[in-house]
Amino acid sequence: MAKTLFDKLWTDHEVAVLEDNVSLLYIDRIFLHERTGSIALESLASDDRVVRNPEKVFCTMDHIVDTHTGRTDETLVPGGKQFIQSTRAASKAAGIKLFDITDPWQGIAHVISPELGIVQPGCTLICPDSHTCSQGALGALAWGVGSSEAEHAMATNTLVVKRPNTMRVNFTGKLPSGLTAKDLILHLISKYGAAGGSGCAIEFAGEVVENLSIEARLTLCNMAVEFSAFTGLIAPDQKTIEYLQGKQYAPTGDKWLEANKYWATLSTDAGAVFDKEITIICDDLSPVVTWGTSPQHACGVTDNVPSIPFTVDANEKASYARAYQYMDLHAEQLIESLSIDAAFIGSCTNSRISDLREAAGILKGRKVAEGVNAICVPGSKEVKRMAEKEGLDKIFIDAGFEWREPGCSMCFFAGGENFGFRKRVISSTNRNFEGRQGPETRSHLASPITVAASAITGKITDPRKFL
Amino acid sequence: MKKLVTHQGVTAPLLRTNIDTDAIIPSREMKLVSKKGLGEGLFAGWRYTEAGGRTPNPDFILNKEAYKNTSILLSSKNFGCGSSREHAVWALAEYGIRVIIASSFGAIFYGNCTRNGILPVVLPDEVIVELAAQIEDPQKDKVTVDLAEKVVISVKGEKHPFIISKGCREMLLEGLDQIGVTMRQGADIVNFESLYSKRRSWLY
Ligand code: SF4
Repeated sequence: MAKTLFDKLWTDHEVAVLEDNVSLLYIDRIFLHERTGSIALESLASDDRVVRNPEKVFCTMDHIVDTHTGRTDETLVPGGKQFIQSTRAASKAAGIKLFDITDPWQGIAHVISPELGIVQPGCTLICPDSHTCSQGALGALAWGVGSSEAEHAMATNTLVVKRPNTMRVNFTGKLPSGLTAKDLILHLISKYGAAGGSGCAIEFAGEVVENLSIEARLTLCNMAVEFSAFTGLIAPDQKTIEYLQGKQYAPTGDKWLEANKYWATLSTDAGAVFDKEITIICDDLSPVVTWGTSPQHACGVTDNVPSIPFTVDANEKASYARAYQYMDLHAEQLIESLSIDAAFIGSCTNSRISDLREAAGILKGRKVAEGVNAICVPGSKEVKRMAEKEGLDKIFIDAGFEWREPGCSMCFFAGGENFGFRKRVISSTNRNFEGRQGPETRSHLASPITVAASAITGKITDPRKFL
Repeated sequence: MKKLVTHQGVTAPLLRTNIDTDAIIPSREMKLVSKKGLGEGLFAGWRYTEAGGRTPNPDFILNKEAYKNTSILLSSKNFGCGSSREHAVWALAEYGIRVIIASSFGAIFYGNCTRNGILPVVLPDEVIVELAAQIEDPQKDKVTVDLAEKVVISVKGEKHPFIISKGCREMLLEGLDQIGVTMRQGADIVNFESLYSKRRSWLY
C-alpha cells in the first residue's frame, strides 16, 4: 500500500501497539533547554530514575540566558540564575552533552540541532518545547512534548504517542520576490485558522517548498505548531543531504552512505492518501504581517486591518474585538499606517544566517528610524561567527541595531527584559499572544525583511519597496 | 497522581477561543525549578490587576465569590494552544481544576493534562454553551463528569458522551505513573533496539 512519509517514520519506530491508534514509539534524540529541561532532569533524579542513554540526550542554554555581550549566569529573568545553574549541575550528573553559555556551539535548540547534524532525516526527536516541529524540515519526526514526556523518553527511550491524522499542504506556483517562508506559513494560518491543522502531522510539499533552502524550510515547519499541528515535516532531498554533509554529529564514511541510501526512500509514495489536503497557489501572495493576538490574525502588509467576518461565531467575534482593543487599532485601518516602537530579528523562526543576510541586504547603507529600538539576536554562536565573518554585524550596527549574543532573548517575556508597556514591536518571531514580548506589548509578526524595512521607516512597511 | 473516576464541582465558563498556555500561566510566573508553587500564577494576566501583582481583578470570573472553588472549566476551540510548558497544567492542577471541557485542545496540552490528573473532555461548542447556560447559581448548579461511563452530566441531568483513549482513561482512573507502566515493557524495548540499531546503525 502506498505510504505517506509520516507513515514510514511512524512504522519504523513502533516498538509496540498499545491500543487502536496509540503506540509506544522509539525516540532517537532528546533535546532539552534550561527552562523546562532542568525540571525534567531534576524530577527524574528525584524519582531515582536514570537517563537510559545519555549520549542521545542534548541540552542547551537558550531561554533564560542573557543575550547582552559579556554575559554571565546572571539574567534579568526572576530566578533565572537558578535555572541556569541547576541545568548545568543536572546535565553533568546525568552525563549528557550541554551546550553551555561558553560553548562555541551554544544557541537556540532548534537552530543548533540542525546546524550540528543532531537531527537527521528519518529519526525521531523530542524536546520539551513546542517549536521542536521546526526540525521536521529535515525529514525527521520531531515534535514538542511536556516535561513529563521528556522524563519518560529519557528514562525509557520511548514515548506513548497517539497517532495523529495526516495532512499535506502543497505550496504551488512561483514564490514572488519579497516573499519568504515566513509569509507562506502566516498566510496558511490566517486562511485556515490557528486550529486549522489541529493534531495533524503536516507534510509540506509542492514546488515552492522544493525550491526553499533548508533554512527556509525550518522557518516553515517552525510555525506548524501555531497551526495547532502535531508537527510539520518535509521529505529530505539532495539539499538536505548537502546541508548535513560534514556536520559535527552527522554520520561519516560507510555509515554516511548507508544513511543516504535510506534517506532516499523517505518520501510519500505516489497515490498515498492523507486525511486532509490543502493547496495554496503562491503566485499572487503579498508579504504577510499579523495585526492581532493570534497568528491567525494576519493579512497582507499592504492591506487594511480586517473587519470581523460575518461567518464567525460569537466566541470568535469576542476574540476579534479583544484583539483590536489589545493591539490599539481598528478594523479597516491601513496596516502600513501603524508606527512601531521596536524591531526584533531573532528566534528559532528567523535567526539563521540566511535571515540575517536578507535583512542586512535591506539595512545596508540605511538607518533605523529615530526612536525605534532595534535588536538583532543571532540564533547560535555559529550563525554569529558566520555573520561577523561576512561583516553583517557591521551592517546591523551601522544601521542602528543592537547586535547580541545567541539565545531566545526577547522572543518571549519571562519577567526580565522586554519591549515595554504597550509598545508596538515588529518581530521575526512566531507568537503574538497577549504579553508574549512584554507587559501588554503589541507584537506584529513578519519576515526578517519586513522587520528590516519597517525598522527603517518607523512604520510597518512592505519590504518590496526596498528590493 | 490523583485518581479521577467521577467528579462534580463548581463550573466556570471561559468561553473564548484559543486560550493559550501563556494566558494560563505567563512566563514571568514560572520562577522556580519546580512543578510546585504555580497555582498562584494561574491566569495571572487576567486574574490580577497588574503584571507581577497580586491584587485580584474583580472582573475576572474565578475571582468572583460565586465561582469560589471552581474545579471544572468550560471553554471553546483550541484550549491550551501555544507553548508546550507543562507549568500550565501544574498551575491548573494546583489551583484545583480537575476537568476541562472544550471543543478542542492544543495537542501537547491535552497529553500533559492526562499525565497530571486533569481530565480533558472534548464536546461540541453548542453542548458547552448549553452546559454553561444551565448554570444559574454556580455554587449549587454543578456539572458532573463520569469518567467510568465517559459522560458529562449537565445541571438538568442530560448526558453527553465523550471519547477518550483507553490508555489516558486508565491512567486517570487508576492514578498511574506512565514511566512505571512503560518500564514493564522493558524487554520489548530491548528487542526493538537490537534490530533497530542494526537497521539504522548511523543513529548509534
Ligand atoms: S526562540 Fe522563542 S519560540 Fe523559539 S524556542 Fe526560544 S522562546 Fe521558544
